[in-house]
Amino acid sequence: MPHVHDHDADHESVYDGLTGGDDSQWAFGTDFEDPLAGVDTTIAQGVDASALAAYCLMLGDDALVYSHRLAQWTSNAPDLEDDIALANIALDLLGQARLLLARAAAADPAVVPALPDGSPVPPEDALAFFRDEAGFRNVRLVEPDNGDFAVTMARLLVFSTYRLALLERLRDSNDPVLAAIATKGVKEVAYHRDYAGRWFLTLARGTEESRRRLLAGLALVWPLYDELFRTHHVEAAAADQGFGVDPSGLADEVGVVLEQVLTTSGVERPEIAQTGAVNGQTGRGGRHTEVMGRLLAEMQVVARAHPMGLW
Amino acid sequence: MSLDVGPAVDLDLERARRVVAEVTDPEMPMLTLADLGVLRGVAHDAETLTVTITPTYSGCPAMATMRDDLVHRLADHGFDRVEVRVSLTPAWSSDWISERGRRALRDHGISAPGPAPRHDGPVPLNLMPRRRELTCPRCGSADVQLSSEFGATACKAMYRCTGCLEPFDHVKEI
Repeated sequence: MPHVHDHDADHESVYDGLTGGDDSQWAFGTDFEDPLAGVDTTIAQGVDASALAAYCLMLGDDALVYSHRLAQWTSNAPDLEDDIALANIALDLLGQARLLLARAAAADPAVVPALPDGSPVPPEDALAFFRDEAGFRNVRLVEPDNGDFAVTMARLLVFSTYRLALLERLRDSNDPVLAAIATKGVKEVAYHRDYAGRWFLTLARGTEESRRRLLAGLALVWPLYDELFRTHHVEAAAADQGFGVDPSGLADEVGVVLEQVLTTSGVERPEIAQTGAVNGQTGRGGRHTEVMGRLLAEMQVVARAHPMGLW
Repeated sequence: MSLDVGPAVDLDLERARRVVAEVTDPEMPMLTLADLGVLRGVAHDAETLTVTITPTYSGCPAMATMRDDLVHRLADHGFDRVEVRVSLTPAWSSDWISERGRRALRDHGISAPGPAPRHDGPVPLNLMPRRRELTCPRCGSADVQLSSEFGATACKAMYRCTGCLEPFDHVKEI
């Protein structure tokens, strides 16, 4: 339950004690602070601020939406170690999302949804919880339900291989904030990819049933593979202006890494029809799969009920 | 506090540094922020004391607590105008944990990280369990098994000693 700022209230809120005065008694910070406090957010010459913001939303939304999906495994994974692993991976991605959405808001405040005057909701939260589906710019690969553990490992392998290749190149971004987020992210996502790769191998060479489930999982994930490498005009501009990466240039590298895992696992690369664009648009253009609305509803409902909430 | 210009200012800064040096990590309180390597600097101008910290992992939920702890500890010592800044570059590395910090970890049953891998080019895929030269922080046995690369906090992996059978945490190399 959030503490609601209501200056007109004529009764005392029982939560006043939580936010006023000395909060050193609380284990965790009771107020938000800018995750980029003190970071130089000046925009490099020749960089279009609105393109930079749009690009940060894309990479931030990939991390945010996938983080939400992976967090749904919490308390449901096959064993405690993997429960903790998936929660940790979700947390790393949530941290990356927070920095990227904060970077988007700092670059172009116009992307942040308007909230009532005096709302204490920070800009990165406004972006996460108060944007509608069409405003999200994530690739569609991160949206589907988790399915079983094998489906999840197949998707995590594809996603983390793609994101690692992307972040490795983004370290050379001429936007110092993006370069810093990428440098940190590479260290984290390298662990995610190896975790997924090991489970992929284990399931593929485990029992007949684990292999059957893994192959079914890969087939479920694969139709959204090509979209990862489809260049949206914002990504083209990002690459042109030196702050981002053209994803079409990642396809070979990602393919080679996946081929290593597939070969070691004795699994053929799927030949499966790809999910096409809808009216020319994919996830990067705000066109999402059917499950996206339910995912956002669950993720956003509490925050939206309390636009004046302080968490 | 007095904020006169001149030598007194430097004395204040030295005092502030000593206060800051005692603030510990909220998740691993046997380590100071300095020992952990997240404390990147203490400086001040005529009005404000600025403390710079860097996150260990992007999603580290302890950052807000570290900020609060720094502000409160400094306020207790008379520093009222404190700004805590975040630095993202260079990215934190487990190599920054001090020798004293490594000893403190071991003394508390946590295995300290080995040298961090260098990630300048593409990170090579590793499908085998990561090999680390570890000994059990309780009994010293080198017979240890990795249970999971992920643990109770973002920065730790879980191990089990096959000698004394106790589980233990290992701070990961990044």
